[in-house]
Amino acid sequence: MSQIIYFDNNATTKVADEVVDAMLPFFKDLYGNPSSMHSFGGQVEKHIRHSRESLAALLGCDSSEIIFTSGGTESDNAAIKGVLAAYPEKKKIVTTRVEHPAVLATCRELQAAGFSLVELGVDKYGQINLDELAAEVDEHTAIVSIMYANNETGVIFPIDKIAEIVKSKGAIFHTDAVQAVGKIPLNLDKSNIDLLSLSGHKLHAPKGIGAMYIKKGTRILPFIIGGHQEKNRRAGTENVPAIAGLGKASQIAAKEIANENTKVKKLRDKLETAILKTCKDAMLNGDKINRLPNTTNISFEFIEGEAILLLLNQFGICASSGSACTSGSLEPSHVMRAMGVPFTAAHGSIRFSLSRYNTEAEVDFVAEKLPAIVNRLRELSPFVK
Amino acid sequence: MWDYNEKVMEYFLHPVNAGEIENPDGIGEEGSLACGDALKLTFKLGKDGRIADAKFKTFGCASAIASASIMTEMVKGLTIEEAEKVTNKDIVDKLGGLPEQKMHCSVMGMEALQKAIANYHGSKGKQTKKIEGKIVCTCFGVTDKEIEKVVLENSLDTVEQVTNYCKAGGGCGSCRGEIEQIIEKVRGKKTKQPESLSHPKKLTNIQKIELIQHTINEQIRPLLKSHGGDVELVDVEGSKVIVAFRGMCSHCRTAEFTLKDVVEARLKEFVSTDIIVEEQNIG
Repeated sequence: MSQIIYFDNNATTKVADEVVDAMLPFFKDLYGNPSSMHSFGGQVEKHIRHSRESLAALLGCDSSEIIFTSGGTESDNAAIKGVLAAYPEKKKIVTTRVEHPAVLATCRELQAAGFSLVELGVDKYGQINLDELAAEVDEHTAIVSIMYANNETGVIFPIDKIAEIVKSKGAIFHTDAVQAVGKIPLNLDKSNIDLLSLSGHKLHAPKGIGAMYIKKGTRILPFIIGGHQEKNRRAGTENVPAIAGLGKASQIAAKEIANENTKVKKLRDKLETAILKTCKDAMLNGDKINRLPNTTNISFEFIEGEAILLLLNQFGICASSGSACTSGSLEPSHVMRAMGVPFTAAHGSIRFSLSRYNTEAEVDFVAEKLPAIVNRLRELSPFVK
Repeated sequence: MWDYNEKVMEYFLHPVNAGEIENPDGIGEEGSLACGDALKLTFKLGKDGRIADAKFKTFGCASAIASASIMTEMVKGLTIEEAEKVTNKDIVDKLGGLPEQKMHCSVMGMEALQKAIANYHGSKGKQTKKIEGKIVCTCFGVTDKEIEKVVLENSLDTVEQVTNYCKAGGGCGSCRGEIEQIIEKVRGKKTKQPESLSHPKKLTNIQKIELIQHTINEQIRPLLKSHGGDVELVDVEGSKVIVAFRGMCSHCRTAEFTLKDVVEARLKEFVSTDIIVEEQNIG
């Protein structure tokens, strides 16, 4: 395939060229173990420190509050299980029905093991009810885990308010911010967030690296043990090249974040407006106001998502769908169902997620090709009147 | 990403016989929007009694579209008796194979064909909603007869395979035990006898209503809610329980089976064997 138009940046992103350059020395020359006594290994430590500081600057926190992990999924597991282990007397977890499986499956497994679990529902915009949250968090609640922004719809939750409510009830608050970091400004020093998960490959760093923010004074036990690394909070020899890459990506993200909210947002809006105008029975899913600048999730009623994706693929256009068929399951995405998106639309939901590497020409190309794809499938559909 | 072969992609990208025949001799519809795929098949006979033309309309993924398209090609020129014998396996073979999890697309093709033929035999022109057998999978409205047929024709051995072929068991999963028994029955293994339930002691009216409400809340509503539906207890008159469907259930093609096979069955199991459930009359 010659041309690729990559509109699937919530799935993963292109590793920035500067990031690759920042990583290479740690494969070739600086391959020492930062824990070694000799200076060949020991000199690597300062590069890790440097990366930690870059990431802390992006998050608005102190570098001592960051530990590197293998990614968002590990951070989510470590946060939830680590807090429950630190508070053995508390047996209740509160989360939402629209979390990423890294959180939802972890919570449900813990429920099967005897913990009590509350999954808050969402309204048609994908938002939770804060009064309901306040009512559910009680003295038995160890941890509340609510995502910063939803991966499928881009809907942003009022995390500062949520964190305040949770703090007032005496529970620990964790947020899966995998989709938010690098796209919207964060200032963790000024928030009541106790724990935050992030993933490198969503912000132009490589796959296999992530981090967890642990606010000073938060009680948590390590998830992975067997080494003194990360001040005994995450064992295992550091993934130095990837940490260097995440550091570089964080520096770039801090500079580019304004761009995300102007240039990228403008492209997203142009694409969205064009699609909603030119495609029949197209509707926006989620909260139009409170959402990530790069994401749009649109349902095409009466046609099916996998068929749309495969026809887009013919033009090298990459997107994703909440339809049942694409996932290999038989039911549409849990996020669409939780929002009460009718089945007529849930099976035909398509997510376009952009990045700073996308261009207006790409947006125009997709906007031009999509109506014909939709019409072609509508002609085949027995439900189009 | 699905590993579709070239033939499947060819029939998806350039489907033949897409559309609908006016005044058809047979018309068959299978699936629904809620299920994620649906197929409408129409055919017309020639003067020689053979299928002269067949057309399809499909809501679904690439394999659903390809299965429907190739099936219309396969039945052209066949007599009704010959077309009746086309199985989902024939469709898959003609396509050169489908991913295991997409087998249900070929089954949908076969079922729409059989419905179109039944419609031709009925020849009243009006689509009947008659479903043969007893609903086993309430999530996708699959009957024991349909499960038996795919197990037999495709030599299936596991519940997972049955789910791939006809979706049964792929929703809430509560029918997986029953599917296992069907597989054992069809494939000639010993069927396990379910243990008989012990008879509960007689309840007072208040206890009975409480138990009915509890069973509806804990056992039935979560099941329906996972499909966007809901049910409410309206009244209890002796052993007659009156309920009202809400949400998706209020216009679902399998709601009448849900009433008997889910609501009534659960209440019989947990409350009393003499329970009869009726839907509230509107207006």
